[in-house]
Amino acid sequence: MKKGTLKQILLITDGCSNKGEDPAVTAALAKQQGITVNVIGILDDDQTEDPEGLQEVEDIALSGGGVSQLVYKQALSQTVQTVTKQAMTQTLQGFVNQELKQILGPEQSLEEVEPEKRGEIMEVVEDMGETCDLEVLVLTDTSASMHDKLPTVKEALIDLSVSLNARIGRNRFCIFSFPGKRKDMEKVLDWSPKLDSISTIFPKLTSGGITPTGPAIREAVYQFGKKGLLKNLRDEDEPGVEEAGY
Amino acid sequence: MNQAWKKQGINIRPGTVITGKWHQHRYVIKQKLGNGAIGSVYLCERNGHYGALKISENATSMTVEVNVLKSLGKVQGSRLGPSLMDVDDWEASRNSTYSFYVMEYLRGESLSGFIKKRGHEWTGIFMLQLLEDLEHLHQAGWVFGDFKSENLIVLSHPPKVRWIDVGGTTQIGRAIKEYTEFYDRGYWGLGSRKAEPSYDLFAFVMVFLNIYYPKRFEKGTSPKATLLKKLYDVRQLRVYRECLKKALLGNYQSSSEMRHDLLHAMNHARRPVRSHNRSDRRDSGKAPLAEGGGIMLAALFYYLSSFMLP
Repeated sequence: MKKGTLKQILLITDGCSNKGEDPAVTAALAKQQGITVNVIGILDDDQTEDPEGLQEVEDIALSGGGVSQLVYKQALSQTVQTVTKQAMTQTLQGFVNQELKQILGPEQSLEEVEPEKRGEIMEVVEDMGETCDLEVLVLTDTSASMHDKLPTVKEALIDLSVSLNARIGRNRFCIFSFPGKRKDMEKVLDWSPKLDSISTIFPKLTSGGITPTGPAIREAVYQFGKKGLLKNLRDEDEPGVEEAGY
Repeated sequence: MNQAWKKQGINIRPGTVITGKWHQHRYVIKQKLGNGAIGSVYLCERNGHYGALKISENATSMTVEVNVLKSLGKVQGSRLGPSLMDVDDWEASRNSTYSFYVMEYLRGESLSGFIKKRGHEWTGIFMLQLLEDLEHLHQAGWVFGDFKSENLIVLSHPPKVRWIDVGGTTQIGRAIKEYTEFYDRGYWGLGSRKAEPSYDLFAFVMVFLNIYYPKRFEKGTSPKATLLKKLYDVRQLRVYRECLKKALLGNYQSSSEMRHDLLHAMNHARRPVRSHNRSDRRDSGKAPLAEGGGIMLAALFYYLSSFMLP
């Protein structure tokens, strides 16, 4: 089986979108193109665990086929990782369930299988999660209220790269912030295998007033497409290089 | 993350009977033993035998844990995790199904509780026991991962430390599946989160630091310096200090290597301590010096002879 690349958008926000199209719509659009949208909503210390304004967080993740989680900023690091890994497992399990349905009939899913066999299936899912390539586009809200949360976001992202780079599969990350100076979103860091370099970039982020979450997601999907072209070209080259080793 | 997990805790009233969907075994719930990263653990009874029943909504993660328990069960020569007794699903109502598994119920007390009660001499013994088990685990191709005080229990008669939650156990060479920040070398900036023996050895040291710093501590601006200072501040760990430091810095490639060093340090330390007591009783000025010299010689002999051992 050829190892595929999982594509994820990780949206980090602390509030509601207030400009442009519905983010749930653009998230659904992303899902249709094989990109999972995960959302982390950061709560202020005085907020309860179930604030009204952050309902959107769950909606975006649901239509984007991903995972969502509300957290206080202290727990951000671990949450970013849990959400990313959970979404990976979920996506991979989705593939496996589809395969199962083809083999065993439409009613079959992992829960329908007896526990003994479930183990073997999960081993396959785990293997795939460990070895598949992963691309994460981080989309950080930098509207005014996020200002004091950005240092924590930065730390959490570096930590995420430490965790994911312990995997066997390859990783690529890039970071965009929204709103951008003139556009809906702005590039902070181009596709790279590690996130160590962000330490110097992050303090420079300025925060703006509007929150164009929907348009930013649309723009993010476009970024995958752009890079995809280049990558396809490179991938074609790779087997040749490997053969040269013989 | 914590809040998320807490929400996943499942509350089952004592007396509830859980019947497995696949194997039809009946378990009577006695009491809650605790909440893990995934799901909750209950004391249960079946045909007069007790077991620890772990139950969760998350079938995926439970299956992964069961896989680990099964693999550990195949490791020859030592009992690394609790033994697995049953795996099944429970249909609590028409639209809520939980996954559960039943394992051996290990009854004991916490590592720090035991050491406080029975004395710090036990610290070294538990270190040796744990390193021996870790060596077996690593030899079998696994890394414990989420090695922390909460995942250890001390059984009495004879005192033996055992692992109770093996959910974070990861195959060597992969990414650590589950960890707790305080015990994670990645968090302290002292290494990767790749599953290798040295990852466990770092967490191992943190388990023993945690005994003397029950409230744990912040990493501060210079995590490495903080860590070493905290280690050097604990008088009771003086004997093991150098080995523990070496493990924190990732300079041990295997548990057996660390165990060897530790044993060596302990054998050397024991004599001066005893002689100290004796000289107190004698209350003389010169004798301790002379005796001290003798001990130095004895120590030197031990040190040299240790090189001759294979």
